[in-house]
Amino acid sequence: MIAQTGATAPSLWGLAAAGILVALALGVSAWRHLGVGGSIVWAAVRAAAQLAAIGGVLTVVVDDAAPLVWSWCWVVAMVVFAAFTVRRRAPEVPAAFPLALLAFSATSVISLGVLFGFGIFELTPRAVVPLAGMVVGNSLSSTVLAARRTIGEVSDHRDRVEAHLALGLTGRNSVQRELRTAVRTALIPQIETTKSVGLVFLPGAMVGLILAGVEPAEAVRVQLAVMYLILGSVAVTTTVMAIGLSTRLFTADDRLAELPAPE
Amino acid sequence: MTEPGPNPLFAFRDVTVVAGGHTRLRARSLDIASGGITVITGPSGAGKSTLLRCCNRLVAPTTGRVLYRGTSLADIEPHEHRRQVGMVFQQPVPFPGTVAENLRTVADLDDGEVSELLERVALAPNVAQREATELSGGESQRMCLARTLTTRPSVLLADEPTSSLDPEAAETLERLARSLAESGTTVLWVTHDPAQAKRLGDRHLRLDQPPETAQL
Repeated sequence: MIAQTGATAPSLWGLAAAGILVALALGVSAWRHLGVGGSIVWAAVRAAAQLAAIGGVLTVVVDDAAPLVWSWCWVVAMVVFAAFTVRRRAPEVPAAFPLALLAFSATSVISLGVLFGFGIFELTPRAVVPLAGMVVGNSLSSTVLAARRTIGEVSDHRDRVEAHLALGLTGRNSVQRELRTAVRTALIPQIETTKSVGLVFLPGAMVGLILAGVEPAEAVRVQLAVMYLILGSVAVTTTVMAIGLSTRLFTADDRLAELPAPE
Repeated sequence: MTEPGPNPLFAFRDVTVVAGGHTRLRARSLDIASGGITVITGPSGAGKSTLLRCCNRLVAPTTGRVLYRGTSLADIEPHEHRRQVGMVFQQPVPFPGTVAENLRTVADLDDGEVSELLERVALAPNVAQREATELSGGESQRMCLARTLTTRPSVLLADEPTSSLDPEAAETLERLARSLAESGTTVLWVTHDPAQAKRLGDRHLRLDQPPETAQL
C-alpha cells in the first residue's frame, strides 16, 4: 500500500488565505463586468458547506472499523443521485433516469469488480467510496453528452435512419452509425484527457497524494490505475446510455418516434 | 370514388394521420390496385408522401386501418413488410461507404450480382467502388433504387424520386419504373409534374387539399 510520509493539509488559516483566490475571481468579475460575482460567492460557500458535510459523513463511513456495507450504501446513493443529475441536465432525453441508473450501476459493478477482484486496491471502506466517486463523478458529463448526442445524431440523420428502416432493418440496426458517432463524441474528451495527463496537467488524485506526502512514484501508480478506471467507466456508461436510449427512439413496430427538440 | 377491384393491394379505411398537431392525411375509403404504375398527384400538403409512408409502415394511421392484400398492416410483421414494399425517397439517401457496400446493406451479394443490379438501373459496373456520397443526384437516386431492389420487393413506392433530377436523369428513372412494372412489380409513383403523371401512369390517384377525399 501507499507509504505516507507526512500530511500537509492546510490549516484553517491557510484555508482562509486560499480564499484570496476566490477574491481574485470576484475582482475579475467586477473589473470585466461579468455579472457572476454572486455565483462565485455562492459556489465557494456551497463547495465549503458540501465538502464539510461530506467530510463529516466520510469520517464515519471510511473509518477502518466501519462496516463495509455502509460504503456500499454510499455508492448506491451516489449512483441514484448521479442518475437524477443526468435527468435534470438532459430533460429532453426520454427515460433519462432509468437509463442513467442502469449505466452507472453497470459501470460501478464492472469497474469496481475489476479493481477489487484483481486486488488492484484492497477492499476497504477507505477505497470503495473514493473509487466509486471517481467512477460515477467522471462519467457524469460524458453520460449526459452521450444521451444528448444520440438524440441529436438520430434527429440530424432522420432520413438516413428511415432509409435503413425502409429496407427492413430493425430500429437498433438502423441507428448503428448514429450511435457510434454519439459514443465517440462522448468518449473523445476523456481519451484526450488520458493522453495529456502528466504533460499538460497533473490530476487531482495525484496532486492530493503528493501533497499528503506520498512518494511521487507511488502517486503515479495510483493515478494511472485511476485514469484507466475512469476511461473504462466512461466507455461503459456512454455505451450503455446510447444503446439503451436507441431502443426508446422507436415504436413497438419499429417506426422512428417523434424526437424531442434539444433544450 | 372508383373501386379498383375486389382485392386491392392497399385499402385505406377511415384513415387519418395526425402529426405535429396537423392532419397529414385523411382517406375515408381509398383503394390502390395491384400491378402497373399508379401515379399519385395532388397539391403540397395533400398527404401524398404520408400515404406512401403509411404503405411502408414508416407512419401508422392515427385512426382507421390500412389493409395490405386484405390484411391489416397492424397484423403484419413490419420488417418483412418493408422488404416486400420497398421505398425510394424524394431526396436520395446514400449511406457512407462505397456503392457496393450500400447495395450489400441488407443483402449478401457477390460482385457479379452487384454489377447486374447496377446495370439494371443503368449504372456502369465500375461505379461499384465509388463513394456513394460522391455520386451525382441522378446516379445517387438510381443507386438508391438498386439498393431498394436488393430485397426483391413486389411493390415499389417512389416519393417524387425525380424532383431534384435533370430531365435526362428523370427520364432514365421513368424508364426503370416502366421496366419494373412490366416485370410484375407494382409501382406507386408520387409526382407534382402533370406531364410525367400522364406519361407514366397506368392509373391516376389524386389527393385533394385539404386532405378530405381521394379519387381514383
